[in-house]
Amino acid sequence: MKRLLLALLLAVAAMPATAIRPDEILADPALETRARALGKELRCLVCQNQSIDDSEADLARDLRKLVRERLVAGDSDPEIRRFLVARYGDFVRLDPPLRLATAVLWFGPAVLLALGFAGIVVFLRRRPETTAPDLDPADRARLERVLAEDDKR
Amino acid sequence: MRWLYLAPIAIFAVVAGYLAVGLTRNPGTLPSALLDKPVPEFALPPLVPEKTGLASADLKGAPVLVNVWASWCVPCRAEHPILIRLAREVPIFGFNYKDKPEDAKRFLAELGDPYAKIGTDPSGRVGIDWGVYGVPETFVVDAEGRIRHRHVGPLTDRAVAETIRPLLKSLTR
Repeated sequence: MKRLLLALLLAVAAMPATAIRPDEILADPALETRARALGKELRCLVCQNQSIDDSEADLARDLRKLVRERLVAGDSDPEIRRFLVARYGDFVRLDPPLRLATAVLWFGPAVLLALGFAGIVVFLRRRPETTAPDLDPADRARLERVLAEDDKR
Repeated sequence: MRWLYLAPIAIFAVVAGYLAVGLTRNPGTLPSALLDKPVPEFALPPLVPEKTGLASADLKGAPVLVNVWASWCVPCRAEHPILIRLAREVPIFGFNYKDKPEDAKRFLAELGDPYAKIGTDPSGRVGIDWGVYGVPETFVVDAEGRIRHRHVGPLTDRAVAETIRPLLKSLTR
């Protein structure tokens, strides 16, 4: 039973996680590889957080077909990207291009990290050095007496 | 260095500001990539013999609405009465998206036909040229044939009153 379950689990894990149907796959493996690479970086506009390769939506299938048609027609990858961006905007790309509007997206994390480090440096520099205050003479005399007694034992 | 104690408050204010704007936006509504650009070159065959199809040339001359709809689209039913009413104010062109002609005709026979022209796009290919990603969508096209606004999802009385009608008014002036 355990073995069967394991086998089943492995079989499921081995299945490629895509929504591409067998009839969509191109005969030319080189073109199909390019289609897969493009499909992974293009957003399904309907489901928004899935790529067109991952999505079962109708529009995603149409876009997969369109990408393949254009590949067969001899378009380059950037040409296909431009074609879709012209129609759906930069949002269609899961890998957003660097522009003024996306600068925060690209540099925000690095800026926050730098600010964090700056904060740590400032904090450590400003922390007063911790030295124990001096004992007053009476306490010091008492401490020495106690220590001397301790030595005698 | 007293001001440093204000830093967390400042950071909080920035984050809160971001979220206040970001979380109230509807991520399902995308601005059209074709905004203020001419409509794509296209020619769609007619749905019914009594009305001509729809082509880019039809969108020049006067401001119009282009409504992308389908009989299988449930929200299209919801917005249909609004289109029927709007059709008295402005020509509405129907863009029948990935539909079966019989179903589309039955839909119009049942709910009424607000469209001055109807083009069918059974493959959805022209829809992709328009950047359509979900029906219904309604485009406002000006007299020069440029897309001035896109409404994603069913039209509401509020969207018509606050956005579509004022925009049409400013375009006809």
